[in-house]
Amino acid sequence: MRLVRGVLVLCAFLLGFGVRATNADPFADAVAALGADGFAARAAAVERLADLGDPRAVPVLRAMSEGQLLVRKADGALAIQDGTRAYDPVTNQTLVSFNPDDYETVRLNNRLRSTLRGALGRLVLFSPDPRERLEAAIGVFKTRSVENLPLLRKAIAAETDAEVLAQLRLSLAATQLLSDDRAERLAGIAGLAGAADVEVRAMLLQLAADGEPDAEVRRRAADAVAALDRRLATLRLVQNLIQGLSLGAVLLLAAMGLTITFGVMGVINMAYGEMVMIGAYATFVVQQLVREYALGLTELTPILAIPTAFVVAGALGIALERSVIRHLYGRPLETLLMTWGVSMILQQAVRSIFGATNREVASPSWMSGAIEIAGGITVTQNRIWIILFSLAVLAAVILATRLTRFGLYMRAVTQNRGMASAMGIRTGRIDALTFGLGSGIAGMAGVALSQIDNVSPNLGQAYIVDSFMVVVFGGVGNLYGTLLGAMSLGVINKFLEPYAGAVLGKILVLVAVILFIQRRPRGLFALKGRAAEV
Amino acid sequence: MASPLLRALGSSASGRIALVSFAVVIAAVPLFNLLPPSGSALHLPDFYINVVGKWLCLAMLALAIDLIWGYCGILSLGHGAFFALGGYAMGMYLMRSIGDRGVYRDPVLPDFMVFLNWKELPWYWYGFDHFPFAFAMALLVPGALAFLFGWFAFRSRITGVYFSIISQAMTFALMLAFFRNEMGFGGNNGLTDFKDILGFPLAAKSTRIALYLASALALGGAYLMCRWIVRSKLGRVLVAIRDAESRVRFLGYSVTAYKLFAFTVSAMLAGLAGALYIPQVGIINPSEFSPAASIEAVIWVAVGGRGTLYGAIIGALAVNGAKTWLTSSAAELWPYLLGLLFIVVTLFLPRGLVGLASLVARRPPAGVPVLAGILKPERGGSD
Repeated sequence: MRLVRGVLVLCAFLLGFGVRATNADPFADAVAALGADGFAARAAAVERLADLGDPRAVPVLRAMSEGQLLVRKADGALAIQDGTRAYDPVTNQTLVSFNPDDYETVRLNNRLRSTLRGALGRLVLFSPDPRERLEAAIGVFKTRSVENLPLLRKAIAAETDAEVLAQLRLSLAATQLLSDDRAERLAGIAGLAGAADVEVRAMLLQLAADGEPDAEVRRRAADAVAALDRRLATLRLVQNLIQGLSLGAVLLLAAMGLTITFGVMGVINMAYGEMVMIGAYATFVVQQLVREYALGLTELTPILAIPTAFVVAGALGIALERSVIRHLYGRPLETLLMTWGVSMILQQAVRSIFGATNREVASPSWMSGAIEIAGGITVTQNRIWIILFSLAVLAAVILATRLTRFGLYMRAVTQNRGMASAMGIRTGRIDALTFGLGSGIAGMAGVALSQIDNVSPNLGQAYIVDSFMVVVFGGVGNLYGTLLGAMSLGVINKFLEPYAGAVLGKILVLVAVILFIQRRPRGLFALKGRAAEV
Repeated sequence: MASPLLRALGSSASGRIALVSFAVVIAAVPLFNLLPPSGSALHLPDFYINVVGKWLCLAMLALAIDLIWGYCGILSLGHGAFFALGGYAMGMYLMRSIGDRGVYRDPVLPDFMVFLNWKELPWYWYGFDHFPFAFAMALLVPGALAFLFGWFAFRSRITGVYFSIISQAMTFALMLAFFRNEMGFGGNNGLTDFKDILGFPLAAKSTRIALYLASALALGGAYLMCRWIVRSKLGRVLVAIRDAESRVRFLGYSVTAYKLFAFTVSAMLAGLAGALYIPQVGIINPSEFSPAASIEAVIWVAVGGRGTLYGAIIGALAVNGAKTWLTSSAAELWPYLLGLLFIVVTLFLPRGLVGLASLVARRPPAGVPVLAGILKPERGGSD
């Protein structure tokens, strides 16, 4: 740098010779030429600067394109003005005796501006930061100029990062489409074969149109558009499927506890949504406690919240069952009304304690962000975790009912309460534990929902009708039916959305469920045999 | 008063007393508003005419629910939908009668349609500028929906809590639908800014008293009709269906047809109540369809005492009276109280206030003699 400074001092001595004085450093030389008279000369200087491929040129060209490059009226010396500070474009040293009145802005016209943009894009292609290179590659893809072709080839040869390389190849192919050379255009079509992008589709479509002189190119472009359309349709299908499954997983979590309590006890628990809500608030409380006392555990908040929510909601469920619900067995309609009352009280209590506004639960870093599955499908991480979590909970519940003694009793009570009681099973205790289990699962669903939805006192209300639909659709008391019902409702919902909109899609699903149970009323919710009439 | 008329009004003494006192109170409200000078201690402010008028409409909704729940065992958690549909039909008439006095001064299109840049009236708004048509629709649309919905549900023998859940889903779906601007019912904001009804300005005191009296008469008429239904042979069959549906079916009755009749009549009553309610509140929006609104109406019936008809009216007036009083003095307490009401009534007062009164009087409960369906365990039965 000392050399540069020396050169500058020399420059100062050579004022009389103007800016055309020869410099030892080609960079300083090219920068100095930016202040030349005439737009064409400036454009040439920009091009020369870009061709040097020196990363130091980037801030200078940026300043120029933003109108911050100044030229001294007296001698053509350059300065960059950034707010109140002014500095030398080559040395980056602050100019102490800077008087704005001595300078004027290096003026631009449209042609110069586009030259600047192109030059900046090319320069950044060789930036040491792969993120900047990727951005530049995308920029070249967007601007598409045939002059960039040699540069792109050079960049591809030098590129080491796989992601940037893929984008560069795409940009190259997209740019090749504009070439006058027929072979280049054909190579471009071939290069775009793997793409699944709406913009690429538009480019190819342009080539397939009548403007293209060569019939072969037109035919190949049309083929490529058709292939791309097929690929896009598949991608949309896969994306819808994944989104539908993740919605289904939420519904599964929300409906699982409902189907257990209803299957075993014949109790419709309208306060079920509030158990979910309480699970979400438990997550919020755990998060606040961790922030207060154990900042190091922040990443583990959801893991800590799962047992907490299970215990809190489960205990509340058991308390509810023992205190009021057990008095209403055999009177499902009354239970329904009574639990609605409980839900109102719980909602209002939470509103009084935590306030009516939404509470924020932050996702830990390992759950946030999106990951890309092949070909431009992105799925947010927390959706995937929720799918996995719901399946894990389902597996745990199925195993618990199959393998544990409590599960055995639970199934016995479901099948024949009187006989189970006669065999010495304390049905009241099983009822309480089952209700606790169902509520605990609701609490865990609340942990999952807190990651994707607002934690508010109305959280449960938003899911209760959907959960009931799942239970009714899948069959009461049947966990596999619940899985099937939840997943199919989730997927159907997502597939209807693009055609009918979110709200209308939901309405159609509700109507479909209402109509569906016309066809299968017995298979879906009436038990067979003597218990057929509940 | 002549005893035959009293007999028509109520069979038991307590019912008769309740009804007479009810009629006296109803008549007293406008009298105390009109007769004493406005400075007098006896003067009832105009505001109460409106409020009590609204309560009477809500009582009619409760009556409609009691007809199917108390006498036929059908617990509909979607009756608010029929109420709201009746309200929307009336609201559409009131909207059309605004004419060119709206903000945008369009002689035909309501303001919200102009705002949405609609060019012409949707076909389903035709005819609603005629009061008789709108009024008929307020009855027929809920009736038709109930008939269709009930036909599907009862034919497949969807009973008990399943019916409740499905009816809740129905009103939920309607709520979502009416929230959409594309539906052409004003979306989120609903229909409001009404000016007059049948040429009489809605803000005028005389119109309000007329609406109040219309509500009171409609409620009385509805009560007599329900009374007549439940005391007829048909009503006996309905009670039998409530208590032992399968047995009634095996005896050769068409359970579906009976239930469908009761459900449709009840929905039309709810529609009428909604149509009378809307001009008194001055707005209708999709929140009337919310599941919470419907289930709240059910609790009025439970509080009053179901299976008595007048219990439903008492319950609706009592709960709404308490709500009006409490939401103005301690609004955040109301959800607690309402929630407690659900719990206490279902746990301790299965026959509601009416049952409590008869308990105090040490007499068998009024109304229909068979209350087995309420007290008898409904599950595990193999009949």
